[in-house]
This record gives sequence, structure tokens and C-alpha cells, in this order.
Amino acid sequence: MKTVRIEKVTDTVREMCMEVNYQLSSDMCKVFENARSTEVSPLGRQILDQLAQNLEIASKDRIPICQDTGMAVVFLEIGQDVHFEGGSLEDAVNEGVRMGYVDGYLRKSVVRDPLIRENTGDNTPAVIHYRIVPGDKVKITVAPKGFGSENMSRVFMLKPADGMEGVKNAVLTAVKDAGPNACPPMVVGVGIGGTFEKCALMAKQALTRPAGSHSAVPYVKEMEEELLERINRTGIGPGGLGGSTTALAVNINTYPTHIAGLPVAVNICCHVNRHTVREL
Amino acid sequence: MDRKISVPLSAEDAASLRAGDYVYLTGTIYTARDAAHKRMQEALDAGHSLPFDVRGNVIYYMGPSPAREGRPIGSAGPTTASRMDKYTPALLDLGLLGMVGKGRRSPAVREAVIRNHAVYFAAVGGAGALLSKSIKAAEVIAYEDLGTEAIRKLWVEDFPVIVCMDAQGTDLYETAAESFRREE
Repeated sequence: MKTVRIEKVTDTVREMCMEVNYQLSSDMCKVFENARSTEVSPLGRQILDQLAQNLEIASKDRIPICQDTGMAVVFLEIGQDVHFEGGSLEDAVNEGVRMGYVDGYLRKSVVRDPLIRENTGDNTPAVIHYRIVPGDKVKITVAPKGFGSENMSRVFMLKPADGMEGVKNAVLTAVKDAGPNACPPMVVGVGIGGTFEKCALMAKQALTRPAGSHSAVPYVKEMEEELLERINRTGIGPGGLGGSTTALAVNINTYPTHIAGLPVAVNICCHVNRHTVREL
Repeated sequence: MDRKISVPLSAEDAASLRAGDYVYLTGTIYTARDAAHKRMQEALDAGHSLPFDVRGNVIYYMGPSPAREGRPIGSAGPTTASRMDKYTPALLDLGLLGMVGKGRRSPAVREAVIRNHAVYFAAVGGAGALLSKSIKAAEVIAYEDLGTEAIRKLWVEDFPVIVCMDAQGTDLYETAAESFRREE
């Protein structure tokens, strides 16, 4: 049994919220720089250069990369031999988000009720996903999600007969519909299988997998590569103003599903694709 | 074509811009996004006047992050324009001449842009830190309770935008993507 003080969780989440909003993660840096060297459109290159300048300023001056600093999505993988001491874990995460967003000059974008729409003033609550795993570690992933791209995300409840082509078409449809709205170049997270909610969660988790890495399942890896290439043939380009860089990565996660179904979720993200991981 | 233009816009400048022009705006513009548009529409419905005279003006669809000490504003990039489509034709018909945002517009907005010889600019989405450097001052002028969604008057200098829809209704999002499409 390992004891983790709840304040440690709060401090860690606070720091992660700030870091992830000022600094592009190293995996995203790599795929972004790669795109700058391959983009064929002059305007597209100019836009990628602006985004590169933007990243420099954000990191140097600690100004958020984007004014939409997102709704904080937090994944907690908790070892089953961990004991938390000092208060409620959920409260500790939300306190970390509150402190990070207030102290870090991050935008407060959360409304208390989806229809009454009064801003909570501190960007809480976060959306928290818990998973209990073997061991005595706590793995925290913070992935604030902006809504320009979140609004363009989709769930398709396909039929088994739709098969592989149906899945590819669903992803391409979501990307084309998103077009310039999702601040391309995008990162595309896809969840295939499970149930209605499971595929959506997988799509979100897929976004937190390092860009440029691939699924361990050979056919899924092939699909990731093929879809990335096909998305980059749509012509949408940087900023949606034309070019050969529409997506920087396609990450697909899969899960067993029901004999009658083929759920597919497509979670679209912008070129920043904020995600950061720490272990306690 | 690269152009430097002062804002508020003159009718001549607005009508002469063409989709694809790279434009630097200098002068004053106003921010408004979802909640502020809803309130402006409610004001119009109730027969009240708007918090600022939209004639000749440019609305920037933007809700900034908080400013650090000594800075006029935080990160300040465009938000998705289509969420304002429902409210936009009425504002254009009242004399609004320009909008800055990102993403596609509805057919109704396009018709109103043509009808009023207005212009829709895109700023680069996701470049909020860079764009904040072209904003020299900011002042909340209405709906302060809306926080980031309040209406702000911004003083901008060489604020970089691209003409996405011109007074003739040409839509750069359609034409530009088409020219780079390589699908079978």
C-alpha cells in the first residue's frame, strides 16, 4: 500500500494545466516541424510559420498558445495499491484545475449549466475519467480540449456490414465537415468498437497517445497511415486555406464490440493537441 | 495582394477587397462572440440600441484569455464564426462592414455580405499569442458580466487577416481547398 497526499495531486494538476497551455508537447513539435518542411502551398507555409512564431511567443512570454484554453479533461490511472490521504480525490483534481487556470492567466470557459450558461469563473469542473490498474502508481494525463474542434467531433453507429470502408468514410466525412472550423492542421483521434460511450472515450484517449506513434495492431497501423494520407489529399490545408497539410496524425484505438454493431467516434483536435502526462 | 487598411472600414475599402488578399488592419475593432451576439439580438428585438454603432465597424469573434500585468490582453485568436451566423445578417443590414473569425459561413451570411458589400476576414486559428501582439489596447465597453465574452473595443496595429469572403461572395475556403485537392 502506498499513500499519496491529496495536495500532491492538486499541485501536480495545477502545474500541468499551465505547462500544457504554454508549451507544445515534444511529439507534437516533431510532427509540426515535419509538416513545415513538406507543405506545398505558399499561403499554407505562411500560416504554418505564423503558428510556429505563435508557439515561440507563447512559450517565452507564458501566454496561452490559444485563447481557448479548453475544458480540462483529466485521465487518472490509479494503482489499486494506492491510498489517497487528506480529502476527496475529485475535489483535489478540481482544485488543481481551478488554481492552474486562475494563477496561469488561462481563460475560464466553463458554464455551470449547459442551458442556463452562467460561467463558473474558475474553469471547473474538469471532466475526469478514472481507471483502476494494478500497482501503486498514479498516472495523471491532462488534456484540455478547446471547442472549435470539439464541436466538429462525431459518433457514427455503423453497421457490421459497413466494415473497414465504412469506418474510413466516417473519418473522412468528419474531417471534411470540420474543414477550416477545427483550426487545421488537425490531429484526429478515432475510437472503433465498444459501445456508444466507449468509442467516444477511446477517441479522446487516442488523442493523448504520442503523435507519430502507431497502434500495435498491424491493420490498425495501416489504417492510421492510409487515413492520414487521404486526409492530406483533401486539400483543406493549414487554416483551411488550402494545402497538403490537413492533419498531423491519425491515432486509432479499438475495443471488442457487439455482434450487431460497429461504433466509430472521431474526436477532432487542432494542431496544438494539448496533452501531458506525469506519474506520482 | 498585401494591403494595409484602416478600421473602421470605408465602404470603398470593404468593397474593393478580394478573397485571398492578405490584409493588415490598423485602428479600432470590437469583440463579440456567442453570448454578446445573443444579447445584441435581444436588444434589437426589444427595440433598444446596440452598445456600439456597428456602421462601418468590424466585429472580431474572439474571447481573450486574461491579460498578464503590463499587457493589454491575453491570448487573442479567432473563434469559429458559424456560431454567430444566426445573428450576423441583421448586423450586416444595420451597416456592419467586416467580421474577423475562422471557418465557413452560412448561405444567409454570404447573401448578406453581398447585399451590404461587406467582407469576412479569417485570422489564423490557434495563433492567439502571436495575434495578441498586434492589439495595443483593450477596453470592455458592454456586458462586463459576461467575462471573456464581454464586448471589448480593441486598438489594433497591423493586425494580420486574410480575406475569406469578399463583397462579391467569393469564398476562399471553397476555392483554395479545391486547388490543392488530390483525391481520386
